[in-house]
Amino acid sequence: MSDVAISVKNLGKQYRIGGRRERHDTFTAALTAALASPFRRLRRIGKPVPAEQLFWALRNISFELSRGEVLGVIGRNGAGKSTLLKLLSRITEPTEGRMEIHGRLGSLLEVGTGFHPELTGRENIYLNGTILGMRRHEISRKFDEIVAFSGIETFLDTPVKRYSSGMYVRLAFAVAAHLEPEILVVDEVLAVGDVEFQKKCLGKMSEVAGEGRTVLFVSHNMAAVKNLCTQAMLLQDGKIVTRGDVESSVVAYLDLNSPVQEHGMISETASRIGTGEALLRRVTLTDDAGQINDQVMLGQPFNITTLFEIKNPIEDVFLEVGISTLDGLRVATVQNIDEARPGFSLKPGLHEITAEIDVTLLPREYVIDVVIGHLSGLIVDWVERTLQFSALNVARDSTDHYRWGEVRGFVRPKSVWHGPHPVSLD
Amino acid sequence: MAERFQQTAVPTIVVEPSRRLAAVNLRELWDYRDLLLFLAWRDISIRYKQTAMGAAWAVVQPLMTMLIFTIFFGNMAGVPSEGVAYPVFTLAALLPWQYFSTTLGNAAQSLVNNSNLLSKVYFPRLLIPVTSLLPSAVDFVIAFVVLLGMMFFYRVSPTWNVIWLPAFMALAVVTALGAGLWFAAMNVKYRDVRYIVPVLVQFGIFVSPVAYPSSLVPAPWRPLYALNPMVGVIEGFRWALLGTATPPWRFVALSSVAAVILLITGLFYFRRTEKTFADVI
Repeated sequence: MSDVAISVKNLGKQYRIGGRRERHDTFTAALTAALASPFRRLRRIGKPVPAEQLFWALRNISFELSRGEVLGVIGRNGAGKSTLLKLLSRITEPTEGRMEIHGRLGSLLEVGTGFHPELTGRENIYLNGTILGMRRHEISRKFDEIVAFSGIETFLDTPVKRYSSGMYVRLAFAVAAHLEPEILVVDEVLAVGDVEFQKKCLGKMSEVAGEGRTVLFVSHNMAAVKNLCTQAMLLQDGKIVTRGDVESSVVAYLDLNSPVQEHGMISETASRIGTGEALLRRVTLTDDAGQINDQVMLGQPFNITTLFEIKNPIEDVFLEVGISTLDGLRVATVQNIDEARPGFSLKPGLHEITAEIDVTLLPREYVIDVVIGHLSGLIVDWVERTLQFSALNVARDSTDHYRWGEVRGFVRPKSVWHGPHPVSLD
Repeated sequence: MAERFQQTAVPTIVVEPSRRLAAVNLRELWDYRDLLLFLAWRDISIRYKQTAMGAAWAVVQPLMTMLIFTIFFGNMAGVPSEGVAYPVFTLAALLPWQYFSTTLGNAAQSLVNNSNLLSKVYFPRLLIPVTSLLPSAVDFVIAFVVLLGMMFFYRVSPTWNVIWLPAFMALAVVTALGAGLWFAAMNVKYRDVRYIVPVLVQFGIFVSPVAYPSSLVPAPWRPLYALNPMVGVIEGFRWALLGTATPPWRFVALSSVAAVILLITGLFYFRRTEKTFADVI
């Protein structure tokens, strides 16, 4: 028995894009075109499709995955991750190259594939299970376990159309979690469901990996990749950028995704919007002692310092610093203008502007967005998701802490509590 | 669990762009038989859950057609029925016809209706149109009981020819599957199929001997006529069930050849196009 579970050589998948003129999706359209230009159509038969209409979603992909390894596949949207999964799970055929899969492969590109709303939970367990490649006796054997894992015992004979979306996902994942192929290919199915259930699923997956099964896991969730995977592979533009240990691949991914380089430096070519009269070159976060940091203790004031490179003199501008969650939800915004302070001017050269911020952010990861613009509204430079920092759940002197797992909202306002006093309703 | 995996030899799957036509992997189809049954069971049970009359529809449709044909063809036009009461004569043809047309209609839509499965999970694609053969078979069995009742009512007693009935049913299955594979695969790219199939079915009921006996077709035209595989199926059904006239072997032979060609070309076309289903659908 070979130790290699998956072996891929020079794999490539080409898709046709655009080329609307050449494609006819109905007989009538095809017929009309054929009648209108019989000679053109005849000439085209057997000729290759023009290169500009073809696009390689994936090319020259070669890698091997040993038995028992858990490979995290990361990359931006459109990097080719989904195409790779589709090829490995044999949903679509490669255009070139070759792959060998040693062992029974199960793929989970979606939870609840084939669920039918009219069928009951019980019926859907069987249907979905066979769709995912389980045999009937296998499902019967694990049935009680699946039901217990999903926690929907009382609704087992209710049509799933009456389920809440949470219950639906739990049931669907429960079936999927009990797949027992030697090789498991998983897409970002963990992106659904509530946090508690996600943890349960992650636990179940590491259990699967612990049993010596080979797993290929595609995710945007770097924490999950770090937790679960023994190796990682970073894809970009249909090619492998890095393949190796998880840590370095995750770092490479974050570098690709973030405009921020080392020491908070922001490259000139980073994704930005604006006139370009001024460019944001660096964002740093310092604590109230002046130390550069990427963590903020609970309740501790902090400073955000921006460094601008001014190309042309600009007048009547304002600066805005925003704090957002990783999902892009704006939590807080500060601007350096108000009634008392009008816009300011900047001469060519490098200038630093610091904002002292005093807000108690609840424990979570945050990113800093920066905008500099004319008072008229014209944006000079706008860079999103620059520096990432985390708000911790403990104060520096440990007198104050916030319990993890109960984070609701984003900020903790100052609050003064009175009572309890005994009262009567009369 | 791990032990179980070690006991069985590790299957190796090699995937390469296919240049030549791969043969149908019957072994793989057999391995997926549970899925076939569950998909068929899904289609049947959903229909029964969603319709108020459920099983009654399997009977109502052929009976209504029988009634109309009896009034207009049997009574008003005086179409001959080979010595059997016209209602039984036409119902014996309507059952295989109904099976064929329902199966074809469902098969043609099958891939499109299951596009979410095609784009998310691997299984032999053939399974999907093949599944369409089963729910309509349930209807057929229900309607068959009614036909037996009609035969009893009209005092038509079956002969020993009836042992041939499964063979004619098999011919209907081959025909429906052959045509179904063609349309199912074409439908992935050209949704026009959805409109073409009902027209073909409507047309087909009159180029098949449903409302009239084949003997009405002029002799020189009969070989051409029998290239419609349903001609052999229907003539076979009548002969096997109602004991009409002489065995229709010439029709059946020609129809069988046509049906087998239809199935082989259908399989060929399906296998050739199936690798792009997930990309196109």
